[in-house]
Amino acid sequence: MFKILKREMLTPNICKMVVSAPRIAKAAKPGQFLIVLANEEGERIPLTISDYDREEGTVTIVTQLIGASSAAIIAKEEGDFFRDVVGPLGNPSAFMGMSEEQLKGQKYIFIAGGLGTAPVYPQAKWLHDRGIAVDVIIGARTKDLLIYTEELGSACDNLYLCTDDGSVGFHGVGTACLEDLVAKGKEYTQAVAIGPMIMMKFATLTCKKLNIPIDVSLNMLMVDGTGMCGACRVTVAGKTRFACVDGPEFNGYDVDFDEAMRRLGQYKTEEAEVKAKFVK
Amino acid sequence: MAERIPRVPVREQDPKVRAHNFEEVCYGYNLEEAMLEASRCLHCKNPRCVAACPVSIKIPEFIAKVKEGDIQGAASVISEDSSLPAVCGRVCPQETQCEGSCVLGVKFEPVAIGKLERFVADHTATESEVLRSEATNAASAAASESRAMRGMKDAGAQTEGLGTVPLGGAGGYKGTDNGHKVAIIGSGPAGLACASDLAKWGYDVTIFEALHRPGGVLEYGIPEFRLPKDAVLKREINEVKALGVKIETDVIIGRTVTIDSLMDDEGFEAVFVGTGAGLPKFMGIPGENLNGVFSANEFLTRNNLMKAFREDYLTPIHAGKKCCVVGGGNVAMDAARTALRLGADTSIIYRRTEVELPARKEEVHHAKEEGIDFQMLTNPVEILADENGWVRALKCIRMELGEPDESGRRSPVPIPGSEFEIPTETVIMALGTAPNPLIVKTTGGLEATRRGGLVADEDGRTTREGIFAGGDAVTGAATVILAMGAGRKAAKAIDDYLKNK
Repeated sequence: MFKILKREMLTPNICKMVVSAPRIAKAAKPGQFLIVLANEEGERIPLTISDYDREEGTVTIVTQLIGASSAAIIAKEEGDFFRDVVGPLGNPSAFMGMSEEQLKGQKYIFIAGGLGTAPVYPQAKWLHDRGIAVDVIIGARTKDLLIYTEELGSACDNLYLCTDDGSVGFHGVGTACLEDLVAKGKEYTQAVAIGPMIMMKFATLTCKKLNIPIDVSLNMLMVDGTGMCGACRVTVAGKTRFACVDGPEFNGYDVDFDEAMRRLGQYKTEEAEVKAKFVK
Repeated sequence: MAERIPRVPVREQDPKVRAHNFEEVCYGYNLEEAMLEASRCLHCKNPRCVAACPVSIKIPEFIAKVKEGDIQGAASVISEDSSLPAVCGRVCPQETQCEGSCVLGVKFEPVAIGKLERFVADHTATESEVLRSEATNAASAAASESRAMRGMKDAGAQTEGLGTVPLGGAGGYKGTDNGHKVAIIGSGPAGLACASDLAKWGYDVTIFEALHRPGGVLEYGIPEFRLPKDAVLKREINEVKALGVKIETDVIIGRTVTIDSLMDDEGFEAVFVGTGAGLPKFMGIPGENLNGVFSANEFLTRNNLMKAFREDYLTPIHAGKKCCVVGGGNVAMDAARTALRLGADTSIIYRRTEVELPARKEEVHHAKEEGIDFQMLTNPVEILADENGWVRALKCIRMELGEPDESGRRSPVPIPGSEFEIPTETVIMALGTAPNPLIVKTTGGLEATRRGGLVADEDGRTTREGIFAGGDAVTGAATVILAMGAGRKAAKAIDDYLKNK
C-alpha cells in the first residue's frame, strides 16, 4: 500500500498527489512514468512522474478525471492509500543520456498541453538547474485550466502562457505561440512536446516546418508497463515499438500519430460502459 | 492376468454450461475415486514416471499412500519434491511426462498421475484448513508489511516460528535460520520452487515481483477455469510464504532497484533470476497494429490478473462477436477459451496439423468440447481493416506439410493461390513469448543468447558469480514444471555456492 501524503485539486478536473514510495523516489528520473492501481478492482493506469523527492521518499503524480479508474484515483483523500504504485517505468528523457559537452549550447523549448504540463516540470527543472537554456510554453483552453505555472516559472528562462480564448497570455494554441516566438527571432535546438496526442502531432508538424528536432512523450494504453502486453504498440519510423519499454519519448518526426490516436480509442466503448456503471 | 480396472474417469463441468462461465472445468477425484485409481499403479521397480518428472516426484510412493487412504502421507511424499502440487496436477503436460512413460499405458490407459497429485493437494488443503488459515494469515500479514523497505526485517521476524507448524499439502518445514539472504526475481513457478527449497534449508528468502500479485504466469497467464486463483494458486503461494519466504510485489528489478543494489546495499548474497518469458511475439504481417489485434499476453492479463471477466472490476476487455486466435500452444487454447467465455465465436488458426499442436491434449480436447473451431494448416498473411481502423477480417493462406527438414520435422509450406478471408472482429496473437531484456540490460556481466535467454549452465549458474537463473528466462517459453525443476536445481547450486563462499 502506498500512502497519499498530499492532495490538491489544480483545476476542477486535475488533481495533484504526493505519494510515499521510497524505492521509486530513489530511482525516478525525468521522463519516466509510474503505474497506479487505486483499488483492488481498478485498472493499472500509467501516469508520468511530475516530481520526486529522494530524501522524503515521495513521488508526485497529476491525474485528470477521464474515466472510472482516474475517478478512483482522484476520489482518494490525504492519508488514504493506493493499492499499488509501480515504477519508475520507461526510459529517462533523451537529455539524461547526454554529456555536459553535448548539452552545452542547447536551447530547449518545451510545449506543454493540459495534463502534460506536469511531467514537463521535472525535465525543465533538471535542465535549468544545470544552466541549460530552457523556455516553456504552456497551453490550455482558458486561464483557469493552466497548471504548474508557478513551478515552471522558476524552472525555466522564459515561460509563455497560451489560452485558446485569450483569457491570459498568447491568444491561441501552443504551436502558434512557438511559431510566433521563432518569427520574432527566438532560436531553439530541441523541442519537447507533452500533452494530448493531437497536440503532439501538430507540435511535430510545426517543428518540422521550423526545422527543430522534437521529442514527444506517448501516453499509450498499457496494462503492465514492462513490455509484457504490447497494448502500447506504436509505429515509429515504420517499426512497431512498445511505448512502455522503448519510450515513452520518441522522435516526433518518426511517430505515426494517426495510428497512435486510433489505438488510444481502442476500449472507448467498454470504458464508457464502465464509467456509466461506476461513476456517479 | 486379472481383469484390469479401467482408468477412473474424472468428473467435469458440462461443456455447454462451462462455455459461459469461468469456473473450473475439472472437478477432480473424490477420496473413493482416487483410492480406486491409485490401486491401478503397478509400482514398477524402476519407475519410468519418476525419471520423466522434471522435479522427480516419488510417484509410486505417493500413489501407494493414496491407495491406503493416507492422503496426508501422500502429501508429505510429494512435498519433498514439489511446492506446487495443486498447480502441477492441473497444468503439467502429464501425457508427455509421467503418464506418457507409465508402463500401464503401453497396453492400457496410464495411471492418472496428474489427477491423483491434484487430489492429494486439494484434499489435504481442505483437511488442514484451520491450521492453514492461522499460519497463512500471519504469513501474508508479514509479507504485506514487507513492502516498505524498512519493514522488511520486522516482517522476517514475524514469520519465524511458523516453521514448526506441519502444513501438509505442499507445505514442508521452514529450516533453521542460517543467516544468508537470497533474492529471487520473479514469483512464477521457477522462483517459487527455488524459494521453497532455500527456505526449507534455512535461507532468508525474498521474492521480488513486478506485478501487483504474485504467481507470474500462473496468475496473469493461466485462466481461472484451468487454475482457480483464490482456491488453488493463492493457497499454494501461501504455503510458500508459510515457509518464511517474503514476497515484495510492485518491484521491477532493473527499474525500481537493480540486482547490483540488492547485492551491494541490501545484503543479498545470491540472486536467482526467474523472470520468465514475458515479451509477446507478433507475426510481422500487415495490419497487426489495427484496433482489435491483441497479444495473448494482453488479452489474458486483462482477464486473469486484472479480472476483466468479473462485473465488479473496471478492466475493459474486447473479445468481439468473432475472434481468431493465432497459434497452437496452451496459451492459444487459454486465449481462445477465454474469448469464447466472453461471448465470442472463436477459431484457432494454426499452420501445422492437429498432431503437431503443442498444447496439452486435454486442453485441445476441452476446447473442442466447448465449441472452439480449429482451422489447421492455415496461416495468416494479413489483417484487414474496416473504414475506422478496426479489424474486419483475417486473410489466411492454406498450408500443406512439406518434406521433412534436417530436424526431421515436416514444415508447413503455403499452397499458392489458396488465400481466403475469415471475417472477424478481433485477432489474438499467441505465437510464443521471449524473455524480457531488462535484467540483462541493467546488470553488468550477465550474458544472454541471441534469442534473449540468459546464458546459464545446467545448474543455473549464469556468467556472473552469485547470480543464478532458470525457467523460461533461460530456455524461452516452456512449461511450469520445467521452470520448477530449473528453480530447484538452482536452489541446490545457490546452497553449494553460499556454503563454499
